[in-house]
Amino acid sequence: MDWLTMARWSPYMVGIGIGILSWFAFLLSDKPIGCSTAYARTSGMLERLVRGNKVLEKPYYQKFAPVVDWEWMLVVGVVIGAFISAQLSGVFQLLWVPSTWATAFGTNPALRWLVALIGGFFMGLGARWAGGCTSGHGISGTLQLAVSSWLAAICFFIGGIAAAMIIFHVIG
Amino acid sequence: MLTGLHEKKNLQLVLGLFIGVIFGFLLQKGGVTDYNVIIGQLLLTDFTVVKIMLAASITGMLGVHLLRSLGLAQLHPKPGSFGASVIGGLLFGIGFGILGYCPGTVAGAVGQGSLDALFGGVVGMLIGAGVFAALYPKLQQMILSKGDFGELTLPTLFKVNPWILVIPVAIALTALLWWMERIGL
Repeated sequence: MDWLTMARWSPYMVGIGIGILSWFAFLLSDKPIGCSTAYARTSGMLERLVRGNKVLEKPYYQKFAPVVDWEWMLVVGVVIGAFISAQLSGVFQLLWVPSTWATAFGTNPALRWLVALIGGFFMGLGARWAGGCTSGHGISGTLQLAVSSWLAAICFFIGGIAAAMIIFHVIG
Repeated sequence: MLTGLHEKKNLQLVLGLFIGVIFGFLLQKGGVTDYNVIIGQLLLTDFTVVKIMLAASITGMLGVHLLRSLGLAQLHPKPGSFGASVIGGLLFGIGFGILGYCPGTVAGAVGQGSLDALFGGVVGMLIGAGVFAALYPKLQQMILSKGDFGELTLPTLFKVNPWILVIPVAIALTALLWWMERIGL
């Protein structure tokens, strides 16, 4: 069972594994694998705790009710699965600043936190704007040959490459 | 289709969790829950992310279309428009480049102990999604509806049997992976 404790698997094996997993998602649950709607639902749940039931009247939450659903459970599962995998290979580590970031911008956790927060904001906004993320559009949508997903996935990488290049080659 | 199974609500939540556990396990083993690997992709120095995505898409494309032809699955293409897919995609991309994780891998990064993913990425995403929900009625009217094409797939667009496109696209993407390996990416 050495393969369970290996730190890295071939990207092709992992990709084929995710592809096969998507067959089961369609077959058993009639759902494409996706992640970003779960964050919107969670945001609605938190807002409901503060502002009460009138949150449910917002048109967006009428479309995507702030409740625990299949995809929400999937995202919880991702945290658990990655934890198990990291534990098995001994790479689990509480870490504020990733090494590539530290090399370019230093080890100050507050700076990394602030930048991650800003990045998360745009990603959360953009994922709902485009109606999906790297999983929902990038994998599940492209495999269905959906026009929206191919267009969005290409734009994800155009925006991502531009932002990363500016941060590391212009600012850094 | 396994309609009876699809209707069992609580069992579906368990299945969602189970599929998520395997997905998270695979993402972590693939290295894409690591900031360094994702930023490496966006700086075009490490092609792990694209290799995983393309291999997943090719495998998924063949199997899901086969399930569909056998009457065991139906497609769920997301609706889109130029205002939603292009502008939203670019906004997402900018966030993706700044954060260095995506919505799935940020959850996986949390699982392997990345605190920037938890307190920065996840919190930022919740705020971003909340702001979108607040702006949604206005955005819908002004931007999201522009250039609307609905739940369109390439086979519907070209009015062909899906397999006429599935096979060549799967071959072309496989050739792209083979070529990337050949030039040493």
